[in-house]
Amino acid sequence: MTQDQTVNQHTMAVLVDNEAGVLARVIGLFSGRGYNIESLTVAETDHEEGLSRITIVTSGTSMVIEQIKAQLERLVPIHRVQDLTIEGPSVERELALVKVAGTGDPRVESLRLADAFRARVIDTTTKSFTFEITGTSSKIDAFIGLMKPLGLVDVSRTGIVAITRGIDRL
Amino acid sequence: MPPKPSQELMEGAEIILKALVEQGVDTIFGYPGGAVLPLYDALFKQNQIHHILVHHEQGAVHAAEGYARSTGKPGVVLVTSGPGATNAVTGMVDALMDSIPLVILTGQVPTQLIGTDAFQEADTIGITRAATKHNYLVKDVADLGRVIHEAFYVATTGRPGPVVVDLPKNIQVEKGPYTGSPRVKHKSYRPQIKGDIDAIKAAIELIAGAKKPVFYTGGGIINSGPGASLLLREFVHMTGFPITSTLMGLGAFAASDKQWLGMLGMHGTYEANMAMHDCDVMINIGARFDDRITGRLDAFSPNSKKIHVDIDRANINKCIRVDIPIVGDAGHVLEDMIKIWKANVTQVDTDARESWWAEIEEWRAKDCLSFEQSGDVILPQYALHRLHELTKDKDRYITTEVGQHQMWAAQYLKFEDPNRWMTSGGLGTMGYGLPAAVGVQVAHPGALVIDVAGEASIMMNIQEFSTAVQHDLPIKIFILNNQYMGMVRQWQDITYEGRYSHTYSEALPDFVKLAEAMGGVGYRIEKPDELDSVIKKMIKSTKPTIVDCRVAQLENCYPMVPSGAAHNEMILGPEDVNMTRKDDPTLV
Repeated sequence: MTQDQTVNQHTMAVLVDNEAGVLARVIGLFSGRGYNIESLTVAETDHEEGLSRITIVTSGTSMVIEQIKAQLERLVPIHRVQDLTIEGPSVERELALVKVAGTGDPRVESLRLADAFRARVIDTTTKSFTFEITGTSSKIDAFIGLMKPLGLVDVSRTGIVAITRGIDRL
Repeated sequence: MPPKPSQELMEGAEIILKALVEQGVDTIFGYPGGAVLPLYDALFKQNQIHHILVHHEQGAVHAAEGYARSTGKPGVVLVTSGPGATNAVTGMVDALMDSIPLVILTGQVPTQLIGTDAFQEADTIGITRAATKHNYLVKDVADLGRVIHEAFYVATTGRPGPVVVDLPKNIQVEKGPYTGSPRVKHKSYRPQIKGDIDAIKAAIELIAGAKKPVFYTGGGIINSGPGASLLLREFVHMTGFPITSTLMGLGAFAASDKQWLGMLGMHGTYEANMAMHDCDVMINIGARFDDRITGRLDAFSPNSKKIHVDIDRANINKCIRVDIPIVGDAGHVLEDMIKIWKANVTQVDTDARESWWAEIEEWRAKDCLSFEQSGDVILPQYALHRLHELTKDKDRYITTEVGQHQMWAAQYLKFEDPNRWMTSGGLGTMGYGLPAAVGVQVAHPGALVIDVAGEASIMMNIQEFSTAVQHDLPIKIFILNNQYMGMVRQWQDITYEGRYSHTYSEALPDFVKLAEAMGGVGYRIEKPDELDSVIKKMIKSTKPTIVDCRVAQLENCYPMVPSGAAHNEMILGPEDVNMTRKDDPTLV
């Protein structure tokens, strides 16, 4: 067969009924069929309609990606699935909280770098900063990398959220 | 607007039964227990719904499958919480794999006890999430009517499947309003029924230009209803092309028709598999390129353009990449295909078609299902041949267990109509056939219902023979008894140099005495010349009947496309088995 065996990363936006167990259905589908989850975020986005939006970053061959979309679509409480990587263009962002502990030069240096990355200080003690940083995952990776030698102690990341460019809705 | 709930408040159990009646349910298969006592009490007080008490919850689900498969209506199951629900899981997965519409009502501990490890508590919703098309836990009696109706809607539309409704005990007694069958659209569930017309036009163009076409059909035709079988026959006759089918699709096209090639796949006919391998246009309607069908994927029908009609979009390009996918119901798509074919006054290339048929006739001439019955030992093929001859003119339904006997039944029993053949295809559940026969006989009281069984499979749900006795269901169990788990032993023959690890049954019951002990009738056949007279007695029997037919112990089922082989690498008989083949652990 002449199928494309290249593995690519795709971001999918999934609109679901905000009901008990819906996330378990999605996660169960991925684990049961052996698909990758590289990042997953979920939150209610329309309280009146009771809708939640799940953003999943996954990877696979084109055949697997097509399968993932089709398998998601057949789950009963799922309204719509959009492969943003194919149906884009889209923008993706991630938020991280990064805690750095230390005193003296490293502490000053972390603040200076945070400024360069447009990270905000959201909590501080005399011996620590907690930064809030938003951006692409690679930007956050880079920031965390720089914080490591400066006393990085803890990281909490949201995972990727994404949305299409332009006027259309999901 | 959703229908207005009636003002009158009813107990949950009454709401459930009212919804079932509104859905046209006449029979449920079940087994009581603590968490469904209120529902059973409500059943006791009515006479619109007939309850078939089984002996094990797995049996209830398979019986409901038999009922559903033979009627086209959804099967309904009622079991208790905990073990009642977990025992039903195998049947759910069976129905999920074979697209059988079921609604399974499971009892649950009261809502305030959920999560406390209460007696007979199990996380039924968690356990059955991957075993069902969808499931519901009802936590508010006000939702109950809607959920029951929605469960039927989801189970029966689109690609059919099992739906669980988990019913906490307190919900069954709390009072709430009744909500009738909803006429509003479901919030998110949108099965696609009509196929894309442009794709269908492109398919017709491809079919019309084909030189070596083959129809490859499956259970999707059966699920679409008897009308789809008629449309299939019409279209296949219009084209004059050959047709084969999966195990699940048998009966959609008449086996006596000259365009019929027999079943395809691992134990399909030589002509069907060769036609699949050599075709230039494959018209797949309602089948899913299962691994039992395709053989080695990279050698599957290498030179064909493929059309795939499937109601489940996820089946498109899952195993085999196709050229023209059409998502829709088989019957609707066939209707459009015929319309377009007629409107365009489409002509096929008759010269090409005739030379294709000439090739196929050469393959047919191999007569791959031929066998020679001689001597005192009954060949299973001969037993089924006689069974077929003596029953083919009756109002006959066949169920099977899983294994060699199942494949022989598919090969040697010929089906002229849909809904007459009930077998566990996708999951391959030993123990399916007996309870399925119970369900079929409930739906068709006057019919001849035969479970073609093996002596190993039948032991998996033998307790349901008592169910047949209890409910006066004169099912017939025809056991091809070779004392081996024959299909596993066959693989041990072919890929494990004949090391029969634990596939011989040292101890088996006396099936004749067993039948009698359970209140039925038992017969034994040991010699070929006893076959006809005993089969006739079996047909006449008005009680549940077991026939213990002793057959050649080491007979294997051919033709066979061994796991990992291509369609044109079939084993046609024992002479092709060279003991060098290795079982490939990367394949099933």
